[in-house]
Amino acid sequence: MHELSLVASMFETLLEQARLHKARRITGVRIQVGALAGVVPELLESAFDSYKKGTIADGAVLTIVKPPFTIRCRACGDETVREDFALACPACASTDLEIVHGMELVLEKIEMETDDPLPAP
Amino acid sequence: MAKKDVFVLQDILLSNAQTAAAIRRELESRKILAVNLLSSPGAGKTTLLEALAERLKGRARMAVIEGDIETERDAERIRARGIPAWQITTGGACHLEAKMIGKVLPDIPTDIDFLFIENVGNLVCPAGYDLGERLRMVLLSAPEGDDKPKKYPLAFVTADVLLLSKSDLRPFLPFDAEKAQAEALALNPKLRVFIISAVSGQGLDDLVDFLFRAREEIASRA
Repeated sequence: MHELSLVASMFETLLEQARLHKARRITGVRIQVGALAGVVPELLESAFDSYKKGTIADGAVLTIVKPPFTIRCRACGDETVREDFALACPACASTDLEIVHGMELVLEKIEMETDDPLPAP
Repeated sequence: MAKKDVFVLQDILLSNAQTAAAIRRELESRKILAVNLLSSPGAGKTTLLEALAERLKGRARMAVIEGDIETERDAERIRARGIPAWQITTGGACHLEAKMIGKVLPDIPTDIDFLFIENVGNLVCPAGYDLGERLRMVLLSAPEGDDKPKKYPLAFVTADVLLLSKSDLRPFLPFDAEKAQAEALALNPKLRVFIISAVSGQGLDDLVDFLFRAREEIASRA
């Protein structure tokens, strides 16, 4: 239940980027939440929706991408998407693995409206 | 007015990660081994720290940061052993964050060998936050049951050490230590496992030796 704290941390970046790009408002935010990140996407959505009120991101839509838990074996090079979190290579049983996806808590993209003039048609 | 997509691709916890990295640099330049203790409430974190205080007495200097939602109780227990302790009360938050440690850091004596950070009792949220520690230890006590690693994977995946605690109670419980250990190792083959009891003293000498070795590694690099 630390989703609100994650959203607060995310808003630091949102506000900074909005200032940097002279945004009038933020209309969308896209994030990646890995299966092993220890975060419940639904709770993150609720936290985002209550936090955004009255900010430059009021009305912004949050899109959550969920990269599946993926491991790569350093012994045989096999890369697998796993349902459980067991860390053994299904091909060669090696335990020398790296987690390729599943730990993500990443702010991917911010969609904003700026005061820049529209490009000439 | 124009629409603009800004691709950030940045860790949501970036500011925590940056603060944690600064804390780690600072502590390691002072040759201090920082240990983050994680577990559910009641797994024996404070009791273990009391036992470590006894064993380190005269051999090394330690300090403790206690994280709890409310009360000064844990810090008082540690201070009663003659160990300097700082209590962080989060007032509701379920975990410690690096900036909370950063606020206490200037008060920590510079000449200690070990800094133990006892996180808020919770096997979920604390796992997501780097506090600037060198070692993360997760405790799993016999009464909690041997099925916890797969139910709370992030804590076990991110830990360096697993302490199977309260081993003195095992004759009275259906706790299968081998199963718990196998499950945790399946999640994280690099885990160092110790079976300990702060009451009987089982495993504590090995754990203390391990802590000294880890501290020497830091001291030799600093």
